This record gives sequence, structure tokens and C-alpha cells, in this order.
Amino acid sequence: MSPYPFHYHRAHTLAEAVTLLAQLGGEGQLLAGGQSLIPLMKLRLARPGALVDLNFVPGLSAIDEHSGEIRMGAMARHAALEDSELVARVPILHDCAAGIADSQVRNMGTIGGSVAEADPSGDWVAVLLTLGAQVRCTGPQGERIMPVSDFVTDAYTTMLGPAEIVQEIRVKLPPAKSGGAFIAFKRCASVYASASAAVQLTLGDGDICRDIHIALGCVGLTAVVPIAAQDALRGKPVSAKSIENAADAAMAAAEPQSDMRGSADYKRVLVRAVVKRAIDIAARRARGERVEAGHEYVARV
Amino acid sequence: MSLAFDKVPLQLTVNGKPCAVEVEPRTLLVELIREQLNLTGTHVGCDTTYCGACTVLLNGRNVKSCTVLAVQADGSDVRTVEGLATEGKLHPVQEAYAANHGLQCGFCTPGLLMSTVRLLEKHPKPSDQQIRKAIAGNTCRCTGYQNILKAIRAAAAAGK
Ligand SMILES: Cc1cc2nc3c(=O)[nH]c(=O)nc-3n(C[C@H](O)[C@H](O)[C@H](O)COP(=O)(O)OP(=O)(O)OC[C@H]3O[C@@H](n4cnc5c(N)ncnc54)[C@H](O)[C@@H]3O)c2cc1C
Ligand code: FES
Ligand code: FES
Repeated sequence: MSPYPFHYHRAHTLAEAVTLLAQLGGEGQLLAGGQSLIPLMKLRLARPGALVDLNFVPGLSAIDEHSGEIRMGAMARHAALEDSELVARVPILHDCAAGIADSQVRNMGTIGGSVAEADPSGDWVAVLLTLGAQVRCTGPQGERIMPVSDFVTDAYTTMLGPAEIVQEIRVKLPPAKSGGAFIAFKRCASVYASASAAVQLTLGDGDICRDIHIALGCVGLTAVVPIAAQDALRGKPVSAKSIENAADAAMAAAEPQSDMRGSADYKRVLVRAVVKRAIDIAARRARGERVEAGHEYVARV
Repeated sequence: MSLAFDKVPLQLTVNGKPCAVEVEPRTLLVELIREQLNLTGTHVGCDTTYCGACTVLLNGRNVKSCTVLAVQADGSDVRTVEGLATEGKLHPVQEAYAANHGLQCGFCTPGLLMSTVRLLEKHPKPSDQQIRKAIAGNTCRCTGYQNILKAIRAAAAAGK
């Protein structure tokens, strides 16, 4: 089906996009990769009066290292992040970028659109939470930057003002002996995960877990940070037993709903499994091992 | 609200030829390709960005043309299945699909061919995992995929 008719505005600079959004009031909506918005418009679940197209703003898709941070422009496509050697230095970022949907969707969809959409089943927010990522925004009042944990406030809801735009995502390069992993389990490639776990940790002497951040995707209105699961490992040796305890605590923190991706009970058990695996792989990576992780599905051989 | 919406002029290259068109903003790239340019080799198999039958190359990258607005493709290089054969000679990837029974009804084939061309341009000697990942967004209801995998391996082995 075709989208409902709308007016089209092409921005050539970020400032022009902000001005256009402010002039259009509630009518205007940003178009990034379109991989969330266009499907909704085709089904007429979204009906914006006007689109402000960010695809022709130069420089908005840069992926750079600066002051010990990876800076990813809002329009950086998932595929560009998947192929970036800089991004691969933080393996959990690569895990996420390389497995979202399928190659076609990754060639269009952007990290900025994903974060702004704040879909509870989206992958980026959970991953970025474990890295303490910052979201840089630009609006009529100028620029501001805030942690992703503050930026996403509820399902499909963020701190963005009506004419405000996500400009960039910033991630600090983790300290030595750090490792992370993202495991998302889905039924096939071109769908959102049923449950996912992002784990980023830093080891100290004697395999003690000095610091750990865990976030669960698809099992709450926003990504769930299971505090008790983090406490089960922080300051303790990483062992089969402590990983098991953390996975149990994560399962207890999940708040899944039954839907076509599975029953709530099934998803709780899935959470335990993906958390366990993600911690194990994160720790092995922190020790310097090369281990694959990412999105997994039933049909994958 | 009036339904008279201004048309947007676009300049693209389609299968190597420059092409100037005007579209309503809501026109999907696949609608431009099939209905305005009459290139009906690109198929539409779903309404949910799932099946990949509509896959074309946009500046060399495979995308689902049912989920790209034509206005987003302004200034771009678009390749469709019609652009694969040259002077009546099938593209080596098409040859490999034919020789290995990589199709039955053929509905999914234009999209799969484009994803395959993209894969082999990026990874001329792909691993099986790379092949599976590259075509994971292309659904085939007939073949069971085994002969598609064979076709892609054969196309890669032929060095094309
Ligand atoms: C078949 C399919 C499967 C998918 N599977 C997954 C999956 O497994 N995991 C996953 O995470 N995602 C998945 N996605 C979604 C995909 O990652 C989208 O690309 C992403 O969610 C949105 O990015 P976009 O650039 O396409 O944004 P758009 O669709 O263009 O925009 C999304 C929303 O964000 C707003 N917006 C966009 N950019 C900005 C900005 N810079 N500042 C402020 N607001 C902005 C738009 O106005 C719109 O409301 C899937 C999509 C499809 C079609
Ligand atoms: S027509 Fe099915 S994905 Fe485009
Ligand atoms: S050959 Fe019939 S759908 Fe693939």
C-alpha cells in the first residue's frame, strides 16, 4: 500500500532541518533511513503531514575517533557501522550492527533513527546503555548532550523536543581488559528479537569482575537494566556459579509480554540463556579470546 | 487539507542510463521502477518489508525498494535485474542460478540475484556464512534454498 500523501522537504544542513521542523510544527517528521517510518506509513499507522529528509545533509554519517571516543553520526547506516574497523574495536557494537534485520535493511537503517525511535524491541539502545553512550542533540535552543539512559524515557518516547534532532552518538573506548557481547535471539533474519542481552564488563586481577553493565532488550517498555544481576558479578570472580546467579537475577528482572514472538514464560527462560552466553563471551573477549556473537536465529546453520 | 501535492523532480541513473522523472513525494522506489519506468522485473511480494522480492542496488548496495522513497534515491545509481544481462547475454550470476536450479517459480529470483551480485562485489570468495547472511533478507517459497546456495557458490567459483 502507498503512504498517505505528505509534503516533502529536503534539508541540506542540520540547521535547515531544525528550522524546517520548527516551522512545520507538529506536522513535520524526520526521515532518516526510513526502515521504521516507511513500513508504518505504508500500513498508514503513521501519517505525517510532511517529511524533513536528512539523507542529503553532508557529514551526518561520519564515524570518527575523537578524545578517546567513537563518534557515530546519526545517519551512519547499520551496514557502515558493521564494516567499520573503528567500531569493531568495541566488539559489542559490531555484534549489534552486523545482525540487525537483513543486509537490505542494514544498508538503509541508521543508528540515529534507531535511538530516536526508542522501539522497546530495537537493539541499539540496550547495547549503548551498557557502554554509557551519550546522545548529542541539536534543536532551536542549541545543542545538548545526555546519557542514553536519560534520553530514552519510555516505549517510543525520548527527551527530544519537537524540533530537536539526534546528531551523534558517542561511546568511550573501554579500558584494557574489557569485553562485551550482544546476543539477540530471533525467529529469522528480518524480524525483531524475541529477547536480547547486552553485557559489557571489565576484568581485574585473578579474573575478578571489576565492573559490569547488563541491559535486556524486548522484555520491558524500555531496555531493562537488571541491577541484581550486575551485583551478582561486580567485585566477584567470573565463574560458572556467579554467571548462573547473574542469569537467574536477570531472568527475575525481565518483564516480558506474551505476543507472537513467544509467551512471557518462554521469553523469561530465553533471557536467562542469552544473559548467560553474553556474560561468558564478554569475559572471554576481555581475556583476549576471539569469539563470535550477535544475532542468532532458529534457521541459522 | 488539500491532496494536491507538489511533484518532486529527480535525476537518477537507472541501469547505466541517466533518467529524469517527477514523482509525488509518497512514491516508493519500487513504484517508480515498475510503474513509471516500466521495469517490471523487480517484484513486490509483501507489504511488510519482509520478503526481499523488491531488492535492487542503490549505489551498489542492496535495498528493499518497497521501503525506500523515490525521493531518497535522487542523484543515485539504481540497478535492477534488467541491468544484469548485457547484449542479450545473461550475467554470470544469472547463468549460475539457471545451471544450478536456483529457481522454481522465479518470483523471488530478481531480488535474490541483486543480493547475490552485491555479495560477490563485496566478497568475491564468500564463506558459506557470508552467503547465508547476504541472502537472509530474501525469502523463497519454492526452492528450500539449497540450490540457491549452490548457485551462489558456483558463481563465486567461476570468479564472477
Ligand atoms: C524488516 C525489518 C526488521 C528490523 N529488525 C530490526 C532489529 O532486529 N533490530 C533493530 O534494532 N531494528 C530493526 N529494524 C529497524 C531498523 O533498525 C531501523 O533502521 C531503525 O529502527 C530506524 O532507523 P531509520 O534510520 O530507518 O529511521 P526512520 O525510519 O527514518 O525513522 C524512525 C523514527 O525516528 C525519527 N528519526 C530518525 N532519525 C532521527 C534523528 N536523527 N533525530 C531525531 N529523530 C529521528 C523519525 O522521525 C521516525 O520517527 C527492522 C526494520 C525492518 C524493516
Ligand atoms: S516487497 Fe516484500 S520486502 Fe519489498
Ligand atoms: S523460486 Fe518461487 S519463490 Fe523462490
